[in-house]
Amino acid sequence: MISAAARYRVAIIGAGPGGFYAAEALLRSGQSVSVDMFERLPVPYGLVRFGVAPDHPKLKQVTKIFDRIAGMDNFRFIGGIEIGTTLPISALRSCYHAVVVASGASIGRRLDVPGERLPGSHQAADFVAWYNGHPEFKHHAFDFAGEQAVIIGHGNVALDVARILAKTPDELRHTDIAAHALDALAESRVRDIYVIGRRGPEQTRFAAKELQEFAELADCDPVAELDGFTLPAPDANLDPEAQAAFGTLRSFSNPMSTRRRRCIFRFGLTPLAITGESRVERMLFRRSSGDGPAKATINCDLIFSSISRRTAPITGVPYDEARGVHANSSGRITADGVALPGLFVCGWSKRGPQGTIGTNRACSVETVEHVLADLPQLGDPPLHPDSLLGRSASRMPHYVDYQGWERIDAQEVARGVAKGKPREKLVSLEEMFAAADGGPACRPRACSA
Amino acid sequence: MPYVVTDLCNGCRYTECVSVCPVECFHFDDQMTYIDPENCIDCGGCVPVCPVGAIKASHHLPSDKREWIEINRRRAAETPVLTGRLAPLPGADERKQAILQR
Repeated sequence: MISAAARYRVAIIGAGPGGFYAAEALLRSGQSVSVDMFERLPVPYGLVRFGVAPDHPKLKQVTKIFDRIAGMDNFRFIGGIEIGTTLPISALRSCYHAVVVASGASIGRRLDVPGERLPGSHQAADFVAWYNGHPEFKHHAFDFAGEQAVIIGHGNVALDVARILAKTPDELRHTDIAAHALDALAESRVRDIYVIGRRGPEQTRFAAKELQEFAELADCDPVAELDGFTLPAPDANLDPEAQAAFGTLRSFSNPMSTRRRRCIFRFGLTPLAITGESRVERMLFRRSSGDGPAKATINCDLIFSSISRRTAPITGVPYDEARGVHANSSGRITADGVALPGLFVCGWSKRGPQGTIGTNRACSVETVEHVLADLPQLGDPPLHPDSLLGRSASRMPHYVDYQGWERIDAQEVARGVAKGKPREKLVSLEEMFAAADGGPACRPRACSA
Repeated sequence: MPYVVTDLCNGCRYTECVSVCPVECFHFDDQMTYIDPENCIDCGGCVPVCPVGAIKASHHLPSDKREWIEINRRRAAETPVLTGRLAPLPGADERKQAILQR
């Protein structure tokens, strides 16, 4: 909603948590600021829609806050426009006093071991995007015909991947998991899911609460192989969350194996190589701690690398290769260490993939403090956003506003009702744009499932 | 199973929790903060940032602290939402030292 023309215009790139909290901080600042939020997809919420696991619906309630922010005066959503490709960042900079990049960390980090490109070896980030119905990943194929799956990494994304592999169709049916993923997983023959980390069981990045969910699975037993790992000394300076996770892992160390699937947590194993004739057949490790032979081999059919993520570079925005984020100093984007006036960053593309959803709130507030401090010194931009967004603008293709997203949302919720799901996501850009336009509310092909 | 603020907060009120809450579910009075159980989305982000460890998952509360589930519910309904940081209460740092040395 746009009220009287604001003194300052700020563009935000990315409609995930970091972007929304930056918008909130700007619009609540008491300064006369308007915010245009650019998002490359026609739908908002970023990793809350495409990252948070479908069986964690409570976390997704944060979208109510994002909707409230979107309803504030002087906020506009411009979905379906990718900055850096469809529209260069220079075009934004010529229309806005300041640009805040909140583009997230969409690229999974590679393991950098031989054989990583064999069929059957995947990025966890791609699998997550696929089961969450991300339009760019709907055609990814994952082969669940084998019985052994390996996940590399000891963070909460690794737990999400393991849990989605471990759950029965009945445990997933009433979530907002993408229909194509539910169908494929229903045929899965995976029985053993290895969750493997380089470090010891007292040094994981698991949230204890999310680990505990493995004790409650319908058809999967959690198993933690803790041989050779001793309790750390009571005075060891351990992260309390890691300590709590270790406690949960110990409760998994004397398992009764009664269910069809097992989720096996292993520690102290560093990946060396992936081998196989024409596809993944086994993974080799070097033991970095704990008891046992110096090397280990696990036969497997499916591998997910879940070791970290990095930000996708944007043309025209300096990039920090070492950290995998846009080069910045506490939120000011820098080139060779010098801040670029009017260019800022927040969220995962500022500090890397760490923390909970709300961590991005404090992060965005910090960045916006810099934006507000700088705005009076930044010159008025030569052009007005209408030159990009107006009907006569030639370079700007069709975009989706927040009302358009609300029409997509309504259609997804309606499609979900029949299946007892909170929503059935639209997974193609074409369907999203059609729904946003208020086009055929339910086209035969879209609703035939 | 929302999170709850326990009496360890009472007298410090550092409000680090507020800056990382994604849904603004913290309320406050002159002594401490409270979590609105209706709005908490169980992200757990506030737990590690509390300087005195006052916030706990409701299912992890020892029996002598379980009354705080109901106190949070009641006081959250009676007190205003806190949308930003407040200065800690006078004496908070000394109190924190005493708590951490227990």
